[in-house]
Amino acid sequence: MRLAVLALVAVALAAPATPAGAAEELKIGALLSVTGPAAFLGAPEARTLEMLTEQVNARGGIAGHKVKLIVKDTGASPEKAVSFARQLIDEEKVFAIIGPSTSGETMAVKGIAEEAKTLLISLAAAEVIVNPVASHVFKTAQKDSHAAALIFQDMKKRGITRIAVFSSNTGFGKAGKEQIAKLAPEYGIQIVLDEVYDKAATDLSAEATKLKGANAQAVLNWSIEPAQSILVKNIRQLGLTIPIYQSHGFGNLAYAKAAGSAAEGVIFPLGRLAVADALPAGNPQKPVLVAYRDAYQKRYGEEVSGFGGYAWDAFQLLAAAVEKVGLDRAKVRAALENTQGFVGQSGVFRFSAADHNGLGLDSFEMLTVKDGKFVPLAK
Amino acid sequence: MTLDLALQYLVAGLTYGAIYAVVAIGFNIVYSATGIINFAQGEFVMLGGMLAVQLSRSMPLPAAVALSVAITAAVGAVVEVAFIRWLGKPTVLRMVVITIGVSILLREGALFLWGEGVRSLPYFTGDEVSSVGILGARISPQVFWVLGTVALIVAVLEWFYRRTLLGWEMQACAANKDAAALCGVPVRRLVTLSFAMAAAIGALAGAVVSPITYTSYAAGGPLAIKGFTVAILGGLGNSGGAVAAGLALGVVESFAVSVLPAAYKDVVTLSLLLAVLVVRPSGLFASGEAARLKEF
Repeated sequence: MRLAVLALVAVALAAPATPAGAAEELKIGALLSVTGPAAFLGAPEARTLEMLTEQVNARGGIAGHKVKLIVKDTGASPEKAVSFARQLIDEEKVFAIIGPSTSGETMAVKGIAEEAKTLLISLAAAEVIVNPVASHVFKTAQKDSHAAALIFQDMKKRGITRIAVFSSNTGFGKAGKEQIAKLAPEYGIQIVLDEVYDKAATDLSAEATKLKGANAQAVLNWSIEPAQSILVKNIRQLGLTIPIYQSHGFGNLAYAKAAGSAAEGVIFPLGRLAVADALPAGNPQKPVLVAYRDAYQKRYGEEVSGFGGYAWDAFQLLAAAVEKVGLDRAKVRAALENTQGFVGQSGVFRFSAADHNGLGLDSFEMLTVKDGKFVPLAK
Repeated sequence: MTLDLALQYLVAGLTYGAIYAVVAIGFNIVYSATGIINFAQGEFVMLGGMLAVQLSRSMPLPAAVALSVAITAAVGAVVEVAFIRWLGKPTVLRMVVITIGVSILLREGALFLWGEGVRSLPYFTGDEVSSVGILGARISPQVFWVLGTVALIVAVLEWFYRRTLLGWEMQACAANKDAAALCGVPVRRLVTLSFAMAAAIGALAGAVVSPITYTSYAAGGPLAIKGFTVAILGGLGNSGGAVAAGLALGVVESFAVSVLPAAYKDVVTLSLLLAVLVVRPSGLFASGEAARLKEF
């Protein structure tokens, strides 16, 4: 027993004793929810960063700097994100941080990164991340306000004026709910039912039952957890056939698969990665999308997702800036802010001092689920 | 509220309630035999679901469920033999720490084996959108599978404890371990059996509910909390009480959703637990006198 304890102590002491990396290394920290309720976001993001790091280092690094990637699994907990962010900044002294995966976590660490003048490239959706702008905080996922606007445009076209809104009790759900409430009147849409459910919910049939009395013409759900598949299933089991709209948080095919045949016909906005093959040959994004998708699917044997695409964009935007100006924090920040026409997975980025997201409404495509696949919605 | 709406809420509530009841019964079986709370009970439910999903890829569904129940029962027995049996007379605190440790071990093991994604078995009858209409309410066929399975578990347990020698021996062991041992009851083996039974029942429930709720490596924790609540509400060690308390809690939660925002569902549950602990600490269906004789 005592020997075992001694051995453990020895291992614990030996672990951090790896030699410090060469001075020229580009250290990138990543705060990702690899496990937990947002694992469908964080896991493909972590795998994407891992793959890109391997690719870049095999080529000899970015402008000669080898990349060292440090992934911290936050489990979608803002508290963990905060303590890992401090660790990455104070102890690891990383050059930049990619992540967090979710909006709630990003808002929790936004101030920390800004204060430490460390670049933070978030992969989360909420508009509040970049509005108001913080000089060191960027984000690569499309804004929730854009997603809501596109959904409302589609509803208006179909003559839908009374909707039920569901959202999960996370930063993403809360921010989305606020955007929905703000934008709905502009499109003449009335919210007749507004329900918030727990992010770890495993059955929402009681919540879905509320729809029966609400007389809504469509459902709009805003969440990033598996509960969004459960909600779809429970609504269809009740025999309700009204259209179901989801946010871009639905953008992992695993969510559609989890809801099975109930997911058929669900409408949601998403970047073009999922429908790369359906794009016309002249589309500037098409070669970038196809290359990433093929590389990812070959490396990991699983379907690529828009979430991994957010990580791809963050990594490549950072790489492009470092390539241009070298390992100087202030210069890289300025280079990132001045990036124009960068063709990424989520769209074509045009950053400015006032816009740290750089994506327009056109970065989304309205999609639907057909025969278990994501396809463009017929116009 | 119209009749069909009320019925819809009732069925949703009975479905969750039945699941809570099964988890609570698992707590009770182990508690009766050993006087300890096995905090890894939720992980047995998770394991049953995950194993069944894995096995169903290479064999027909009934065989996959049966095999997953058998494997989980074996895991339960191994947990007892490896971590509990050699302890002699452990303190309550030590048991709490050990069973929580086991639950973390099982959870992390599942994460390592199956990754972070959610999984589920296919619907036993029909699919994600099929439902049966009863008095205007729409009910998924899987709900009947869940309710039927829980009823079967309760009936078999009742028969086991009342009609079989092994069941009597287990009750004797629960009543007074030393006296039972003096009468020739193999107490140690029965304790192992109680862990295996609790694991098997949890696993069966985990497999049957997975089409409705999905399962993932982390599914055990929340279930254990609800099951523990129900076990306390019904009175620890009282399986009839667990069923009544489970169904009642499920229905209360479900109707709470109809009048309160959905986010308050767990607030209702935990308020109820606190109220019962203050007013009737021995549980709703247990006698206070019997509770005083227990050490935990």
